[in-house]
Amino acid sequence: MIKFILRKTGKLASLLIAISLLSFILVSNSPEDPVQSYIGAEISRISPEQRKNIEEYWGLNRSKPEQYLLWVKAVFQGNLGESLIYRKPVSEIILERFSASIVLMGISWLLSGVFGFLLGILAGMNEGSILDRFIKSYSFIMASTPAFWFGLLLLMVFAAWLNWFPVGLASPAGSLAGEVSLIDKLKHLVLPVATLSIGGVASIALHTREKIIEVLNSEFIRFAKAKGERGIKLFWRHGLRNISLPAISLHFASFGELFGGAVLTEQVFSYPGLGQAIVKAGLGGDVPLLLGITLFSVVFIFVGNFMADLLYVVIDPRMKIKQTHD
Amino acid sequence: MNKKSFSNTKNQIPLLEVKNLSLLFPQYKEGLKESYIQVIRDFELTIYPGEIVAVVGSSGSGKSLLADSILGILPDNAEIMGRLLFNGEHLSTKRQQQLRGKSISLIPQSVKALDPLMKTSKQVQSVIPDKKAKKRIQEEAFIKLGLPPETGDKYPHELSGGMARRVLIATAMVSESELIIADEPTPGLDELTWEETLTNIKQLSKSNRGIMFITHDIHAALKIADKIAVFYAGETLEIANKEDFSGKGERLRHPYTKALWLALPENNFKPLKGNHPESDEVLIGCVFEKRCPIATEFCKTNKPKSAKINNGITRCFYA
Ligand SMILES: Nc1ncnc2c1ncn2[C@@H]1O[C@H](COP(=O)(O)OP(=O)(O)OP(=O)(O)O)[C@@H](O)[C@H]1O
Ligand code: SF4
Ligand SMILES: [Mg+2]
Repeated sequence: MIKFILRKTGKLASLLIAISLLSFILVSNSPEDPVQSYIGAEISRISPEQRKNIEEYWGLNRSKPEQYLLWVKAVFQGNLGESLIYRKPVSEIILERFSASIVLMGISWLLSGVFGFLLGILAGMNEGSILDRFIKSYSFIMASTPAFWFGLLLLMVFAAWLNWFPVGLASPAGSLAGEVSLIDKLKHLVLPVATLSIGGVASIALHTREKIIEVLNSEFIRFAKAKGERGIKLFWRHGLRNISLPAISLHFASFGELFGGAVLTEQVFSYPGLGQAIVKAGLGGDVPLLLGITLFSVVFIFVGNFMADLLYVVIDPRMKIKQTHD
Repeated sequence: MNKKSFSNTKNQIPLLEVKNLSLLFPQYKEGLKESYIQVIRDFELTIYPGEIVAVVGSSGSGKSLLADSILGILPDNAEIMGRLLFNGEHLSTKRQQQLRGKSISLIPQSVKALDPLMKTSKQVQSVIPDKKAKKRIQEEAFIKLGLPPETGDKYPHELSGGMARRVLIATAMVSESELIIADEPTPGLDELTWEETLTNIKQLSKSNRGIMFITHDIHAALKIADKIAVFYAGETLEIANKEDFSGKGERLRHPYTKALWLALPENNFKPLKGNHPESDEVLIGCVFEKRCPIATEFCKTNKPKSAKINNGITRCFYA
C-alpha cells in the first residue's frame, strides 16, 4: 500500500515537471507580448525605459531556462506568482475560481454518475429491447456531441427563447457578492450543469450496460440461479457489486473529460470558473496564471485517477493480493 | 458393491424421468423468416435414488443445456418440449423454481461459477436453509472434502483449481438435495485431484441421492457411474450399464458407443473419423449417419426410434 502511494506520487511529480516544462516552452514562445497584455491599450504611452523596468521586474530579460528555474523555485516556496491580467496572486485566483468550478463539476459529476449508472442498468437488464436501443443510441449520440455545442443549444432554447434560465454568469450581473440568493445561484447553475451531465451519462451508461450484460451471462450468475437465488436478491448479492466497482472507478478516471467539458461549458455560459480563467490566461499571454492553472488541473485529474486505482486496491479483493505481492 | 441395474430398481419411483425432451433456439436467418436450431432432440433418461447416471457426450453436444433444462435456468429465448418428472411429479417451471438449490442442485462446469467478489464460505452457506447451523455445516463439509479451514475466508481467485472444485462440490454436499447434476466436474484436474473428485461425487450418492454425472471423460464415467447415457447431437444414442463396457465392446448396442470404447488408449486407440455435427445442421436421418461405419441409404432419410435391447436402450436400426 505504501509502495503503491509512493509509486503514484513519483508518477505525479514527473508528470508535473514534464507538463510544466512543456507548457512553459509553449507559452513563452507564443507571439503574445506579456508586457502588452499587462499594460493593455496604454502600451503606446510607456517609454522604452519603463518597459525595460517592467521586463526586469518580471525577469523577462533573463534567458528562458533561467526564467523557468526561477518559476520552479518560487513554486516550491509555495508562490505561484502573480497573474498579469487580474493583478492578483495566482493561488488566490485558482482558489476563488475553483470553488465556483467545483460546484459545477461536482454536481454534474454526481448527476451523470448516478443517472448514467441507472440508465446502464436499465439498458443492460433489458438487452435488445426498445428501451435498450433507445438508451444506447442516446449514449452514442451524446458521446460524440461536443459539450459546448450542446451548451449553445440549451442556451438558445431555454435561456434565449423560453427565458426560463439566465443566459450566463454565476449570479445576476451587477449584483454584489453578498446579495446573491441561493435560488439565483442555483438558477445560474442549471443550464451549465445540464450541459455537462446530459452528455456525461454517455460513457458511464455504455460501460455499465456492457458490464451488466457480461455479468448476467456469467457462470456465477448461472450458478447463483441454480442455487435458487433470483430477482432482487440475486441482483443485489451478485450483480450490483460486480458492476458498481468498475463503474465508480471509471467515473473517477473521467475527471479529465469532466475538466475539459467544464472549460468549454464555462466559456459558453460565461461562468466564472477555472475553465474560463484558463482561456483568458491563454489568450492574454498570462504565463503565471496559465502555468498555475495547468499544474492545478494536472493534480486534479491525477487525483481522480488515483482514486480510481485506490478503489480497486482497497475494495477489490483480487487486486489486494496482487498489490501485496509486488 | 451395490450393483444397480434396471432390474432391481424397476419397482421404485424414479427420482428423475426425462421423456422426449427437445430444446430449440430461434435463429433469424435469411430475411425475417424465423428458423430454429435444435440443440436437444428426443432426449430420455431415468435416474433412481442412489444411482449415478453418467451422460457422456463430446463438446457442444448440449450437455450443459440439458442441465439447465432440468434446473429451469435456460436462456429466455430457449423453447423446451417434452416431459420432466421429479419423484413422479410433473416438473413445471414453477416447481423447478421451488426445487432448485433445495431438492435439485448443480455442481457447475467451470470454477468461474464462484462469484469473484464473495468469500467462498458465504457462497456455500447460501444453500443451507438452517440459518443457525449454516456456518457449522459449511465448515464440516470443508473438512470432509479436505479443504483447510481458512478456505472459507478466501476469495475464489485465491484458490487453486482443485480447491475451487471442492468448494463447488461442497455446495451440493451441504444442500439437502435429492438430485445432484454434476456438469463436467473433472476436466483439467491432475491425476490425484481427479480421483479425489470422483470419490467425493461417489460419496454423495451414498446418502441415497441420485446423481446425473455429465462428462466427456469415459474413464470417469466408468469409474463411478451405474448407467451410462451416450449423448450425441442432442440425442441419447444409447443407455448402457457399466458392465457392457468390456472386451471389444460386443455388449454395447450402438456403433457410436462402440467407437468411443474402441478409441480409448487401452482398447487399441482406434479414433473415430469425422466431426460432431454443428448445432445448426439439419439432420433428417440418423444423427450419427455421417460417421457410422455400418450406415445404409435407409439411415440417411429415416430416424431410428429408441428401443429397449438387453436391459438397455439404443437408437439404431441395426443394433
Ligand atoms: N443461447 C443459445 N442460443 C443458441 N445456441 C446455443 C445457446 N447456448 C448454447 N448453444 C449451442 O448449443 C450447443 C450445446 O451447448 P452446451 O453448452 O450445452 O454444450 P456442452 O455439451 O455442455 O459442451 P461442453 O462439453 O463444451 O461444455 C452448442 O453448440 C452451443 O453453440
Ligand atoms: S441407424 Fe444407421 S447410421 Fe445410425 S447408427 Fe444405426 S446403422 Fe449407423
Ligand atoms: Mg458444458
